[in-house]
Amino acid sequence: MNAAAQPVLALEDAAKSYGAVHALRHGNIALRPGEVRALVGENGAGKSTLVKLLGGVVRLDDGQMLVEGEPVDFHSPTDARDAGIAVIYQEPTLFPDLSVAENVVMGRHPLGGLRRIDRREMRREVQELLDRLGVRLDAERPVRGLSIADQQIVEIAKALSFDARVLIMDEPTAALSGPEVERLFTVVRTLRDRGAAVLFISHRLEEVFALCDTVTIMRDGEVVHSATTAELTPGEVVRRMVGRELSALFPKEAAEIGAPLLRVHRLTREGVFTDVSFEVRAGEIVALAGLVGAGRSEVARAIFGIDRADAGHVEVDGRRLPGRRPLAAMRAGLGFVPEDRRQQGLVMDLSIARNATLTRMGALARGGIIRSRSERRLANDWAQRLQLKFHKLDDPVGFLSGGNQQKVVLAKWLATEPKVLIVDEPTRGIDVGTKAEVHRLLSELAGRGVAVLMISSELPEVLGMADRVLVMHEGRLTGELSRAEATEERVMQAATGQLEAAA
Amino acid sequence: MSAVDATAADPTATGGEARRLTEWVFRVRELGIVGAFVLLMVFTAVMEPRFVNADSLRNLALNAAIFAILAAGQTLVIITRNVDLSVGSVLGLAAFMAGDLLSAHPGLAIPAVIVLGMALGAACGALNGVLVTFGQVPALVVTLGTLYAFRGVAFLWTDGRQVNAETLPDAFLNLGTGSILGVPTLAVIALVVVVVVGQALRDFRVGRELYAIGSNPEGARLAGVRSGRRVFWAFVASGALAGLAGVLFTARFGTVDATAGSGYELTVISATVVGGVAIFGGTGSVYGAALGALLLNTITSSLIVLKVDAFWQQAAIGALLLLAIAFDRLVGLRLDAALRRRSALRAG
Repeated sequence: MNAAAQPVLALEDAAKSYGAVHALRHGNIALRPGEVRALVGENGAGKSTLVKLLGGVVRLDDGQMLVEGEPVDFHSPTDARDAGIAVIYQEPTLFPDLSVAENVVMGRHPLGGLRRIDRREMRREVQELLDRLGVRLDAERPVRGLSIADQQIVEIAKALSFDARVLIMDEPTAALSGPEVERLFTVVRTLRDRGAAVLFISHRLEEVFALCDTVTIMRDGEVVHSATTAELTPGEVVRRMVGRELSALFPKEAAEIGAPLLRVHRLTREGVFTDVSFEVRAGEIVALAGLVGAGRSEVARAIFGIDRADAGHVEVDGRRLPGRRPLAAMRAGLGFVPEDRRQQGLVMDLSIARNATLTRMGALARGGIIRSRSERRLANDWAQRLQLKFHKLDDPVGFLSGGNQQKVVLAKWLATEPKVLIVDEPTRGIDVGTKAEVHRLLSELAGRGVAVLMISSELPEVLGMADRVLVMHEGRLTGELSRAEATEERVMQAATGQLEAAA
Repeated sequence: MSAVDATAADPTATGGEARRLTEWVFRVRELGIVGAFVLLMVFTAVMEPRFVNADSLRNLALNAAIFAILAAGQTLVIITRNVDLSVGSVLGLAAFMAGDLLSAHPGLAIPAVIVLGMALGAACGALNGVLVTFGQVPALVVTLGTLYAFRGVAFLWTDGRQVNAETLPDAFLNLGTGSILGVPTLAVIALVVVVVVGQALRDFRVGRELYAIGSNPEGARLAGVRSGRRVFWAFVASGALAGLAGVLFTARFGTVDATAGSGYELTVISATVVGGVAIFGGTGSVYGAALGALLLNTITSSLIVLKVDAFWQQAAIGALLLLAIAFDRLVGLRLDAALRRRSALRAG
């Protein structure tokens, strides 16, 4: 790597906001030919926004982007691709119905006579790419049913297929096994040696230090540090990523811990999570921490019976739940506040009152007809207890702010008086004040003897609220920390799979 | 690392097997329709031997031809995860235009009439396409609206008039009734359309991009596919083919009024779905859709020959549709599970 070389791609003082939320400020990054640069930061630090800017998915509000020193403005992913930038996103962007080969060459199929697609050539090209990547994958099989690791390989083959000058990989190794990671590294190093610039996003610091020449560290939507890996130690990187004091925003009041109410026994869903066992006691808040994609939400969905578990079972208050029956889970006393409240937690066009009482329709109905007076009474009751800020109970729930929407979802479940409540990212996208109220509420619930399982990617929230912290990594539980043992570093270590090796 | 060993020991077998499995499913899908068709023909022929005479087979081919052309256009649209409900109304408009023009100017060249009919259909399709892609309105709503709007225009235009066969030139009517080497001309035209559209979808970039759009719209955008443009042209093509079908409708029946083609859209969509084109896009072929059209028409014809009540004809088509959807869903789930298990096995 030559530090003086002209950056092939750079951002200067870039900024991007979504509404009132600053997703990225002071975004400075430069990628030089023959360089592998790591981009690290906690969940929500703004890494994905930066990647989307470079990939032409979203446009800059402020600052500028340079390709070979020339200012550019990408209007679409096509523009970025034409500039030689390949992005491998976290979410799969593949076409499940089409073959691996077609996924790789989509829009750039090799053509024969009459501009017909030359299938043999296409297959040969793609098979060659796959062989170069050292993977045994049939180019002709459909993508549907491929494991995440194999899908990732297809994405990489796609990037290789148009000889990208810049390769941006958003956590490509999150779902890869050890040998697969090694293989990927070999490929990345080959690309680097041929003069490509690589931006590598990973939560695994040992990978960062093994592969990357330079590191850019982000925190709270800003680029806070840039250095060569030689100048830094893993401990220093973690400190700069975390870089703040634990605030006192997250009070969990002491509650009497009772009998186990939720017992998860060796739950497994093939290819998603494996052998997950734990219990949550009355009055306890247990946090399920880990990186995005570690399988936490999937475990919650399987517990609640939305997805089928291939093995293992769940007990609520000593009673075994039948699999795949959310209604039975509800009757047994389980409540589930999903991660995506807009899609899964609420019916956005229905009124606040309707949403808040959806789970209680049976109890509110007289002879099959729901009486709107009792519906309103129940909703009003909860609105007051949760200090909901609203105009009219008849307004569509979509009118409320994110925090107040979340309160409606909570009201919906609290109305069922659950024994066990699972909350998935309860405060994502919620302003600080409302956040504290949600925390107060969860704490109050625990005080009344509810067992709370809280999935959260926000470490301060995890550390402040939880009596115990369970950490998942790649579909397995890799750590269990008591309140006293849990520190940001230890949780991060377990979440990145480093604790395993130490233990 | 036993998983790696397993992969190394038996590398291509899993991939090859997965491919074979998928191919098998698709082949079975189209063969299934052919099988049902043959079964139906044999059954009807046994019950009513007159069913297999040249005349009734010709009628069968003529009826299916118009629907096969519509189904080809519909496939283009459905593959992109959209739908075109306006095809029946577009057919009606083009049919009446062709009849009206030829009654007034009997000397008009037939190819010119066909081109005009297709242009009218393409214009209707362009309106659908603009509303769907630039207006960002769901295709179901847009084309439901234009279904009524185009039909309304047809009523205004015809003003209660009707075009009759007597006023049409013989050369034009021959198009509807004549044969080329013993095969009805209409069937030949339909076959050409199906093969052209079918190959375009199979062997050309544009076609593959339509599949990509239907399979994962966001992914298509990230892969640099110009989705809006592609979807727009799919609607234009569907409209143009409906226009062609309209002209052929007039040639075949001779008598046309404002209601020509009413309700065709549902039959066509049924045929397409029965033919294995997934209503949520991404999979299926024009050949399957055309076979679906043939099967649906044959059912109607054979039930008439067997003197079954008209009500039962509708019920039979409905049952077939449900059967096809249930079959697709079942096979799809099985295939998903099998592919997932195979990958999991490989990954350990």
